[in-house]
Amino acid sequence: MSDPLLQLENATVQFGGLKAVADLSFQIDAGELVGLIGPNGAGKTTVFNLITGVYQTTSGQIFFDKKSVVGRRPYKITARGIARTFQNIRLFASLSVFDNVRCACNMHLAHGISHSLWRGAGFSKEEAQVEKDVMELLEIFGLDGERDMMCRSLPYGDQRRLEIVRALATRPKLLLLDEPAAGMNPTEKVELMKLIRFTQKKFKLAVLLVEHDMKVVMGICERIVVLDYGQKIAEGTPAQIRSDSKVIAAYLGKETVDA
Amino acid sequence: MDKWPKSILIAVLLGCLIGSPFVFQINPYYYDILLGIGISIILAASLNLVNGYTGQFSLGHAGFMGIGAYASSWVTLSYGYCLGANTTSTTTVFLLALLGGGLMAGIAGLMVGVPSLRLKGDYLAIVTLAFNEIIKGVIQNAEPLGAQRGLGGMVQHTNFFWTFGFAALTVYVVVHLVNSTYGRGFLAVRDDEIAAEAMGINTTKYKVLAFVLGAFFAGIAGGLYAHFKQFIHPEGFNFLRSVDIVVMVILGGMGNTAGVCFAAVLLTILPEFLRSVSHYTWLPLWLQQIAENRMILYSLLLIVLMLTRPQGLFGGLGMPRRRKDVEK
Amino acid sequence: MIEFLQQLIDGFSQGAIYALIALGYTMVFGVLRFINFAHGDVFMLGAFAGLYLGPRTLKLFGAGPSYIGAAAVMLLAMLVCAVIGIIIERLCYRPLRERPKLTVLITAIGVSLFLENFGQFIFGANPKSFPELINNRAFELPEWWGQFSALTITISQVLVVAVTLVLLIAMRHIVLHTRMGMAMRALSFNPVAASLMGINTDVVISFTFGLGSALAGAAGILISIQQPSIDPLMGVNAGLKAFVAAVLGGIGNLPGAALGGILIGLLEYIVVGYVSPTYRDAIVFGVLILILLVKPTGLLGSSEREKV
Repeated sequence: MSDPLLQLENATVQFGGLKAVADLSFQIDAGELVGLIGPNGAGKTTVFNLITGVYQTTSGQIFFDKKSVVGRRPYKITARGIARTFQNIRLFASLSVFDNVRCACNMHLAHGISHSLWRGAGFSKEEAQVEKDVMELLEIFGLDGERDMMCRSLPYGDQRRLEIVRALATRPKLLLLDEPAAGMNPTEKVELMKLIRFTQKKFKLAVLLVEHDMKVVMGICERIVVLDYGQKIAEGTPAQIRSDSKVIAAYLGKETVDA
Repeated sequence: MDKWPKSILIAVLLGCLIGSPFVFQINPYYYDILLGIGISIILAASLNLVNGYTGQFSLGHAGFMGIGAYASSWVTLSYGYCLGANTTSTTTVFLLALLGGGLMAGIAGLMVGVPSLRLKGDYLAIVTLAFNEIIKGVIQNAEPLGAQRGLGGMVQHTNFFWTFGFAALTVYVVVHLVNSTYGRGFLAVRDDEIAAEAMGINTTKYKVLAFVLGAFFAGIAGGLYAHFKQFIHPEGFNFLRSVDIVVMVILGGMGNTAGVCFAAVLLTILPEFLRSVSHYTWLPLWLQQIAENRMILYSLLLIVLMLTRPQGLFGGLGMPRRRKDVEK
Repeated sequence: MIEFLQQLIDGFSQGAIYALIALGYTMVFGVLRFINFAHGDVFMLGAFAGLYLGPRTLKLFGAGPSYIGAAAVMLLAMLVCAVIGIIIERLCYRPLRERPKLTVLITAIGVSLFLENFGQFIFGANPKSFPELINNRAFELPEWWGQFSALTITISQVLVVAVTLVLLIAMRHIVLHTRMGMAMRALSFNPVAASLMGINTDVVISFTFGLGSALAGAAGILISIQQPSIDPLMGVNAGLKAFVAAVLGGIGNLPGAALGGILIGLLEYIVVGYVSPTYRDAIVFGVLILILLVKPTGLLGSSEREKV
């Protein structure tokens, strides 16, 4: 077996007296689509924040591409190839749809501040290339018609898709999606599932998906990790998870199961 | 404003050069106001990079201006005669002094910017205010800089060409930085730092860069001011002076360079206009007195603007929002 | 040694005044999460209220200075300031409550500048001498104190510390043991939830502003008894120092504000006595920067974390 793309080893984070994530270990291989589920407050988003460097682990290790990402600044982790979306959409409110995506190309540019001042031939060429790349991405996701709209005026579902586009523009190897289906209606959810699958194949990505909607998770994930109170209580294929007694207990409460 | 090619910068510079002999002939009073306008544009446009585009609310711009003013004056006063007295060499010393003043201010900006990275909103505003007062305090205690007596004796090197040349350069730099894929990082930082980091943008670098560049140009403006007024005093660079510049940025619209430059023109002329109003004896005495105190009007302007048009007269990006505000 | 003790005594009473002003900053911040820049100028208005109301009020209680007269003047000034504070909140801050924090901060700066400059316009820019409310003299310290009897402790200094202490205890009582105090704490914790629980947030916020401004008014009278020369810009420096005090103690924390006030007062007098008077402000601001960088939550504050 080859080395995993992302590997968490006993990752733990503590806020005050509370262990939000405790001794969590799992791994994701390149190109895999993994679901991360659990009841409210189980620590799913915290896991994302640990992987992307927004929070620091209290103990434990996180490896990406065989190198530790613990203690790295978030932008450096993104540069290594991890991109994410946010549960509560965090688009750049004063930028247009196009510029939101364009911002994410920042770190792949060869030109720097002085080039944007002088604006020589190299600069123009690169800016044109960025524009082309961004438009291609927007087209794939059907957002090219809205390129000059302010992202605030987009419908909710489009904002979620734009977040995915923006994350893809950083050219990741691993994409973390935080509740991409939240607030969508059933038809939109079906489309989103297709889109995630398509994206994963087209860009050859590994995807880690946090989602509340079981239909979405069970429908597209190859493997699922279940969290409760910051601890991993189960891991396996959708079929295994569905019949796992611990998982059922966590979701429905113990009494119900015992009864 | 979106595409502001180099040719326009060069055209403006040439215009300044050609225009300057004619401008010399105008009434000295208007000449004073004109140069004041140029200096205000530099200050406001550079502060707009920090407060408007990057969303780091600084209340200490006058402190950087003061550093530039004192540093450049010190250079010209100490070395002004080293290179002989012909025009070329004095101009060289003057330009080097300006550059030195800008660099000193930029270094101060770095010293303010780096530790301020952890602070946001209100706190950042207060800390920059505190830095402003500390800079003032240090100058007040520095004997070689005239301490509380102020510093004078500079030759009037500043003229129409240099003032507006640097104003054009400042505007050019700000506009070009913000209008490129790379420079859009400033706006991303302003809108959402956490998302910006997640998109691979080094927010630290952008924030510090905004502070350093803003301070650099404020320092240049200070140098121009010192070699124009030929006398500077620590109290001239206090917190109230910073508020003056902040008012320009807010009135013009944060993150709207054209608007901010226009506001700089407006607010430089306004006190002069008010001063003349205060001599109209047919007005009621209290109106004359209010006209004499521009800060009453400035403060009212700030309040009314915030209540009715927080995006400024000419519109801009609006106020940088905190995350919590957006979620509401 | 005596000299050092003297600095400590003077610094302590100055610090008590900062503490009173800092309480107002901290209370407003606790409830609204915003720095009321104009607070220092309300303090100035308190002093001017005393200037105009003082002589008339004193007459009601007999001709000369008297403690009861001084107390009446102080209560009046507190009332005036409370009303002004509530008006400022109603007119300038309330319409902006849902807007970005920065809008409110800029408005507060505007209000502060307005009060300062309009004050100069109304009261005149020159310092005014404050009427004598009490016979402020130094205590004659007993002989058996030995060398320590050379210390100067004035009645006003004792008064300032005593009044501050009483008001601090009163504040603590209001916040911890009254319905209004409970509402304030609820609002501070979560404004939306508080309003859903039937708390009238407008009333609570008005009350908080009134209370904080009243404290600033009291401080205005106390400082004028100690240093009977007042001017419209006296609030700028005192306000900034008190703000530093509030941050030092942990903004939003009442005992913290008192502690911070005392520490800043002591620091000021030590700097003036042993370093240089001209460095006084710079060093106090230096402390502010240091605190914000090393421990932004202050000495007694607790931390908040941004949710992602």
